[in-house]
Formats: sequence, C-alpha cells, structure tokens
Amino acid sequence: MASAERIGIRSDRDILLARQRGRELGRAVGFVATDLTLIATAISELARNIVLYAREGVIELRLVTEDSHRGLVIVARDHGPGIVDVNRAMQDGYSTSGGLGLGLPGVKRLMDGFEIHSRAGRGTTVQIAKWLRT
Amino acid sequence: MVTRGTLQQPAVGATGTESAIALLRELVAHLRQNRTQLREEWARRITEAELLTAMTKEEIFAEATSVYDNYVEALETGTFEALQSYSRNLSERIIPRGVETHEVVGIVLLLRDVLARSLFAKYQGDFTKLNRILDAYEPAANRIANTVAVGFVQERERIIREQQEAIRELSTPVLQVRERLLILPIIGVIDPQRARQLTEQLLRGIRTNRAKVVVIDITGVAAMDAAVANHLVQTVEASRLLGATVIVTGLSPEIAQTLVTIGVDLGKMTTVGDLQGGIEEAERLLGYKVLPLVESPVEA
Amino acid sequence: MDVPVLKQGPFLIATVQSALTDADLAQMRRLLIEQVGKFRSRGVIVDVTAVDVLDSYACRTLRDIAHMTGFRGAATVIVGIHPELAFTMVQLGLSLEGVATALDLEEGLAYLNARTRPTIARGNSPRNSAGPPRNGTHTRGKR
Repeated sequence: MASAERIGIRSDRDILLARQRGRELGRAVGFVATDLTLIATAISELARNIVLYAREGVIELRLVTEDSHRGLVIVARDHGPGIVDVNRAMQDGYSTSGGLGLGLPGVKRLMDGFEIHSRAGRGTTVQIAKWLRT
Repeated sequence: MVTRGTLQQPAVGATGTESAIALLRELVAHLRQNRTQLREEWARRITEAELLTAMTKEEIFAEATSVYDNYVEALETGTFEALQSYSRNLSERIIPRGVETHEVVGIVLLLRDVLARSLFAKYQGDFTKLNRILDAYEPAANRIANTVAVGFVQERERIIREQQEAIRELSTPVLQVRERLLILPIIGVIDPQRARQLTEQLLRGIRTNRAKVVVIDITGVAAMDAAVANHLVQTVEASRLLGATVIVTGLSPEIAQTLVTIGVDLGKMTTVGDLQGGIEEAERLLGYKVLPLVESPVEA
Repeated sequence: MDVPVLKQGPFLIATVQSALTDADLAQMRRLLIEQVGKFRSRGVIVDVTAVDVLDSYACRTLRDIAHMTGFRGAATVIVGIHPELAFTMVQLGLSLEGVATALDLEEGLAYLNARTRPTIARGNSPRNSAGPPRNGTHTRGKR
C-alpha cells in the first residue's frame, strides 16, 4: 500500500504544517522519536527554502510500506529561480550561518537518501528519504 | 492545503457490479447466520492441525471468535483498517507466547477453507451461483489473509527491533558516579549504529541525572574512523546544548591524529590523559573539594 | 501565537509553548529586545522545552536574541532542549555557538545568578572554581 500527500507551501505557516504532517506520517511508518525529529527538521529546512527563494512550491510526503522496506520519501519542488551552483550549495560552510535557508548539506547528513536537481530559472526539486532501520 | 490520495484495491471482485455487492451481502449474511458452527469447526481444525499449541483450547476459541467477527466485518465493509489494527493487537499478545508466523498464516488459511467449504455445501445445487459467489469472495479472502499475515510479521519485526535496542542499551551503561557527574566508558569497536545509540543514551542520561559534567573514556577504543570521530565531536556539542560539559579521556595519539585530520580543533575539546584524571577534573569543575594532586595533566 | 514573557526580578523568562512560525519567532525576538531595554534586565531565559523542532531559522533567531540583548547588557541562556533535538541540531550543523545553554529553568536561573552576581575574589586565579562545594555552578569547558 502506498500513500501520498501534497502540501502547498506558500507561507511560514505552511512550513509548520508540512513538518507536522511529516512527523505524523513518520510515526505511522514506525519511526522512533529521534528519527521523527530528524524528519520534521529536514522538512522544515526544505520548506523554508521554498518560501525564501521560490515564494511557493510543494512538499510531497510519500509513505513507503513494502514488505522489504518501509520509510518516508519527501519531495520538495518549486519553480523558482533555481540554484545556480548546486555543488557549491552542497558544500559545508556555505550558508550554514543558518536561517538564510539552503542548509542542504545538513539535511543530507540527516537523511538516508538525498537527491537534488536544479536549473537556473526553472526551479528546484529536492528528494530525500528516510528508511526504517531493521 | 492538503490533498490526500491513497492507492487501494477495492475488496470486491473485479466486476464491482451491483450483483457482486449483493452476492457479498448474501455471503456475509450466511457467515453470520452460521457463525457458531463455523467458528467451532475452525477451532477444531486448528487443534487438529496442531497449530497454536502455545495456547489453551479456551484461548484459541476466544481469539477465533474475534478473528472470525473481524473477518466477516472486513468482508462486509470492504475496509481493512479495523482488521489491521486488530491483527497487530492480536500479534502483540500472541508473539510473546511463542506463536510463529507459519501458525498465523496457517489458521487464516484454515478459516478461508472452512468458509469456502461451507459455501460449497450451501450452493452445491446451483453451480453458476456458487461460481459467482466465489468470484466475489476470493479477492476479499486473499486480501484478508494477506492483511493478517503481514500485520503479524510487521509486529514481530517491531518487537525484535525493540529487543535488540534493549540489549544494546544494557551493554553500554552510562554510569552516575557522583551527583551531576556521568561517566561513559566506551570499550571495543564502535560502529555508527552503536555510536548513535551511545549518544542517545548519554543525552537521555544527562537529562535524567541532571548532569553538569560528563567524562567519556575512550581508553578501551582501539581505533576510530573519521565517521565515528565526527560522531564523538557531535556528542560533545549535543551535550553542551543540554548544559553539560564533556571531558574526553583516554585519547590515544592515533585517535588524536584522526580528530585533527577531520578538522577538530582539539583546543575546543577538554581532554585529559586518563579516566582518573578526568574524574578529578570533573570534580574540580563541579566545585568539589579535591585533594591536592601535584600533576593533573589538564590539556585545554 | 504569543510567547508569554515573565519578568522575574532582573531576568526575563520567555516560555515557548509550541511550534512557532517564522513570524512568531521574529515577534518574540522583537519583544525580548524591547523588554530588556525597558526593564534593564540583566538576563534572558528562553525556555524551549515544548519545542519539537529547532531548525536553522529558529537557531538564528536565538543567536540574534543573545547578541542583541547582549548589547543591552543582558546575558541569554536557552533551556529545555530535548535530547533528540540536541542530536538533530548538531547533525544539521547547528550548535548554537556562542549562546549559553542549560538543562532547564532551574539551571538557567542558577547560571544567570552566578553570572550577574558581583564576583567575590576567591584565590589567585580568576578561573579558580575550587572552594566550598556549590551545586549549580556551571562553568563550561574551554571553548
């Protein structure tokens, strides 16, 4: 069984909503408290990037409950200005002064899977995943 | 704004037509009418097949009743949430009793069989109708068997995970030596998973014991790769967020080198040569009176 | 969502009740800075016990509060960070560097009291913390 949810991100209130839903879905998957916090924080960062840079976008939460693996896949998508130099954005130290958004290296550290696609002028898609440790 | 979409197969057979729904209703009515005898037959066959030997006859019958009723309800409503949660609930109860997966799968298939046979008996005079009823029944019955079995397996996996956690917790004690002082001796090989668990335990320990100083002793650690060394640094930082100072003791030259290589400023970390010295430094920080010691190798 | 700010003698205590939006955080920062000026507070405690997520924006806000109230002569201490939260934050690379942290309200008050009390000379070394046992003194390791 698969289950997916889309949350429109337009304001900072939506950031809260997205991370609350992420936490709830994570709990349904079976994640422990520590992982739920990781997930909620990662979602918060991605959603904030959308609000700060693209003004609007979408967070998709996908529950994966196959027999072989269970987890949560999160996709943050926007059609904003895009990231010009993705490599640089993925370097530690770049924008880790925090609160200015991005913070992608940190998010990557928190999650099990991380993928980013961005085109200047076209938008950005970040996909992250957290799997239940068996 | 949230839109939700779930992918779920309908319980009713492929036709999903009016007649299939009516058939299912007829089927459910039949199962309800014959509840007592079908249930008994099922319980009898369970015992015959020597399943659920860990449970008494009375217990088997009691559970059989609940499973039967949930089964019929799932058939009737076409929704499986109630069955899923009952299944998990049941699993939680019987797993500690030693019931195994093949037994659970076995009894569900037996029930399916018992019910199918009763349908055969009832509709044997009308083959067409029998076929149509089976067409309506089978997909739902399969789904139910699947739901129960999967629920059981997942519950089992969850319990195993918890037990493994508990075992790991036991083997890595965080010791409270004095008021507000914790010691975490680390011995042996640390993999990332264990390192992570150590940190979680330590942080929880800091909160429970209201520790102000923690001594992490790594004398017993032979080698440390960059990932685990990083983890150690993170542990020190996380402890600070809970208001505790960390003193690292037993740092071998090799490990010190690893830390420097990954960019740790050892000047930022309080380190002391050995555990004893670390405890004394901790006590000093806490303001305890300490017997004058000539050489305390305090590095800063 | 308003964050209640209590005045306790020379200190201000801001208790965050639940998840705050960015706007709420900004408002809390404004309020604290304003009140520190108004009451000439010597210390600020921000209690985040009820907070489930402290992301980069929240951390930045907390650092801002510490800096700006610091300019007005107040010391800030953040209390009540959950173990899971602490773990997440350092993995994300947020360590609240330069901001004091304590376990809970009690510890936070003890910290502020120790910091704002006129220091009594105790022995020759200024960093000497030996003396009569006094729980609640919090001296952090060298940074």
